[in-house]
Amino acid sequence: MPGALAEILYLVAAVCFIIGLKRLSSPGTAVNGNRLSAMGMLIAMVVTLVDRGIVTYSVIAAGLVVGSALGLWMARAVKMTAMPQMVALLNGFGGGASLLVGGAEFLKSELIGQNLGLDTSITIQLSLLIGAVTLTGSIVAFAKLQELLPGRPITFPGLQVLNATIFLAIVALSIYQVATPESLLWPFYAVCALALLLGVLLVIPIGGADMPVVISLLNSYSGIAAAMTGFVIRNDVLIISGALVGSSGIILSQIMCRAMNRSLTNVLFGAFGGGAAAVTSGKSAEGLTVRQVSAEDAAVQLGYARSVIVVPGYGLAVAQAQHLVRELADQIEKRGGEVKYAIHPVAGRMPGHMNVLLAEANVPYEKLFDMDAVNGEFDRADVALVIGANDVVNPAARTDSGSPIYGMPILNADHARSVIVLKRGMGSGFAGIENELFYNPRTAMLFGDAKASLGKLVTELKALA
Amino acid sequence: MLETLIGGIVIFTLATFLGVELINRVPTTLHTPLMSGANAISGITVVGAMIVAGGGHGWISAVLGFMAVVLGMMNVVGGYAVTDRMLQMFRRKPEAR
Repeated sequence: MPGALAEILYLVAAVCFIIGLKRLSSPGTAVNGNRLSAMGMLIAMVVTLVDRGIVTYSVIAAGLVVGSALGLWMARAVKMTAMPQMVALLNGFGGGASLLVGGAEFLKSELIGQNLGLDTSITIQLSLLIGAVTLTGSIVAFAKLQELLPGRPITFPGLQVLNATIFLAIVALSIYQVATPESLLWPFYAVCALALLLGVLLVIPIGGADMPVVISLLNSYSGIAAAMTGFVIRNDVLIISGALVGSSGIILSQIMCRAMNRSLTNVLFGAFGGGAAAVTSGKSAEGLTVRQVSAEDAAVQLGYARSVIVVPGYGLAVAQAQHLVRELADQIEKRGGEVKYAIHPVAGRMPGHMNVLLAEANVPYEKLFDMDAVNGEFDRADVALVIGANDVVNPAARTDSGSPIYGMPILNADHARSVIVLKRGMGSGFAGIENELFYNPRTAMLFGDAKASLGKLVTELKALA
Repeated sequence: MLETLIGGIVIFTLATFLGVELINRVPTTLHTPLMSGANAISGITVVGAMIVAGGGHGWISAVLGFMAVVLGMMNVVGGYAVTDRMLQMFRRKPEAR
């Protein structure tokens, strides 16, 4: 295949990725867009097989078969609640591939005694660093989400100084490597080892509640790592796709940070949600009482409501109660009420996670509303039904400047005519803060496991004549 | 030699701005599939892995290349397949009702 044709086909692949992402702007065209993007990937791979001076196909074929089989199995087996772990792991694989490609290119030059040009030398170092950090950082994120590691921040005095030292050492070794004409092995191994360690140390002090930001950021890193590999092997399609993914990860991290009213620096280095940061706020719950409600009474209230807004939180997903929520909504709608879902950006464990969980339970996406779209509607709602959500409906975020979540945008559940909160007990949320909403005179608490409570509500509603 | 690097940087910068424009249009509802789909795209590293694995530069390259192809391919196939699975859930809703 002539070189020019190969370049054009790579460009076609890049265009497939771009149009594929564009079609993700609506649920109707998204399936098609994703498949177009996959088509682009196939084109890029076939061109590479034919064009790039490949002499042995057996190793490639073996790798393709093994990787595809494992990938397909993961994609089929994963539960929707475990999607954040899956994405974390996939990020890590992408980073690992970049690390390996950069390493192999370096070792090849060392083996055949070829001098790498300045540009290749620099990009190999970047490929190693970003690839390795993405790999181990993602594995730690995966382990935290999978609860193989404790979700609370693991930190020790001097951790940030240590991280900074490691980073500077990597930079110094890389500069030394680049400045030396021949390829040296010991700085290469040192950079790889230190970068792998850095990935672990960067993610381990970040609490489980902040994982949405971390996954988004690692997603971005995996893209940048791919772009760096593109620089190493001089291939534009890698640079373009890497840049696209890099920007997507950055945007999603920003959205998540804004939704928690925190800066990226604070998320990465603040060790939020544990240790010293988890002191309770100024307001205490003493002297306040909560009003409990029975499932029967709550069902009556829901049965006669004209408009209900459901506020789902991660507790709902943990209880695997998404399907029951939809059943409850069906019952309310059958009685003439209107049901909407208010989704806070950090309701799940990754951006858009709650939407996927509800979509799995056949909730039509037209009924899912994000915070800005739905917040005005609480004033007109008869009932706000809060299920397993806490901090995202805590009015202290608006009023109590001493509260750790002060300034965080919240759902205005307290503006509804009445509020029903389904909750396991009076425990506090991730941030360890009391929630005034639960003591509001218009709020009724229905204690118990979300799944059990919802089941009771559905039965009671069905019995309601 | 430096020209190719500069050329690459130009492409990277422009593609980043394009990415920002594209991603900002994706509704919140689709952010999880967006992420897994973007993830699959970043599996494009598999192209580099194939070049390394099939270049015939001795066993070290072959071993590292093989591992890279496996990781890259898991990223690509896993990413696209799981994205498709999720997007199907969003699509079937209106017709099912």
